[in-house]
Amino acid sequence: MRHDLEALVAAAQAGDRSAFDDLVRATYIDSYTLAYRLTGDEDDARDVVQEAYLRAYRGLKRFRGDAQFSTWMYRITANCATTFLGKRTRNRHDELTDELVGDEPATTLDPEASADAAATRDRLQQALRRLPPRLRAVVVLRDVYDLPHESIAAELGITESAAKVRLHRARRKLRADLVTMRELDERDEGRPDARAV
Amino acid sequence: MPVRCEDVAPVLGDAASGAVPFDAATRLHIEHCLRCQAEIVQYRRVLRGLRAMRTQVLEPAPGLLPGILAGISEANERRALRELIDGRRVAYVGGLAAATAAGVGGAIVLATRTRRAHRLAG
Repeated sequence: MRHDLEALVAAAQAGDRSAFDDLVRATYIDSYTLAYRLTGDEDDARDVVQEAYLRAYRGLKRFRGDAQFSTWMYRITANCATTFLGKRTRNRHDELTDELVGDEPATTLDPEASADAAATRDRLQQALRRLPPRLRAVVVLRDVYDLPHESIAAELGITESAAKVRLHRARRKLRADLVTMRELDERDEGRPDARAV
Repeated sequence: MPVRCEDVAPVLGDAASGAVPFDAATRLHIEHCLRCQAEIVQYRRVLRGLRAMRTQVLEPAPGLLPGILAGISEANERRALRELIDGRRVAYVGGLAAATAAGVGGAIVLATRTRRAHRLAG
């Protein structure tokens, strides 16, 4: 798959428009997923992805193949999402401040563990949506997409140390939210009326 | 000075991800502190959940792919049109410059001949 993408990139850089279309087909769902995780909104994610591919098309000659094409697209998508969210924030005249704030265990054979993992995933997604966009962007890019601090800082237009501080704040907030949600769920499950339902 | 939970708290997320090696004092504190160990377990749960998201994809509503491709086509057409206009502009300006140069050259030749004719007549 990677070699296919490399061949498509080479063809697209040589001016083959259909090769670029194939690159879009191969990667747009991943880019959309990232955009959605960063913006938390379907329509915003669509706008971000469209803009990201336009930028990629215009800047394709500058892509040197140091990273995979998909990673390059993640960086462009993150950059577009940051610009998009920045514009939206300015339009709404409200400030977003930082202060607002392995692998999945093998559970397929154990229904209880599987249900627990699914519940954790749902809680985590809720907690992510509640994070301020500036913190969400860093934690998604680092802990979901495994981008290095350096790239994250470059794409978000911040220093590497600021990226690390935001990552720490985001993780701390996610952890605290997850603990709170878990406790609330367990308390609800303990209620007699909840059991009846 | 003994290491306290507050001192260790900022690195517990990194401890859970295994990203940073710790100094001996920090490691010793974590090994003996149930509270910090519990926090590391919670961080691990968060990190596992986030990593698991990497393989989950969200299916966009239909129309996104055609929209992206159409956007690129439009951008392409705009660029081609701009290049065409720029090309014509260059040709027009070039033609104008050539005509001007020819006119000036002709005028100079004419003036030189006229002057020579006047001299011969005089």
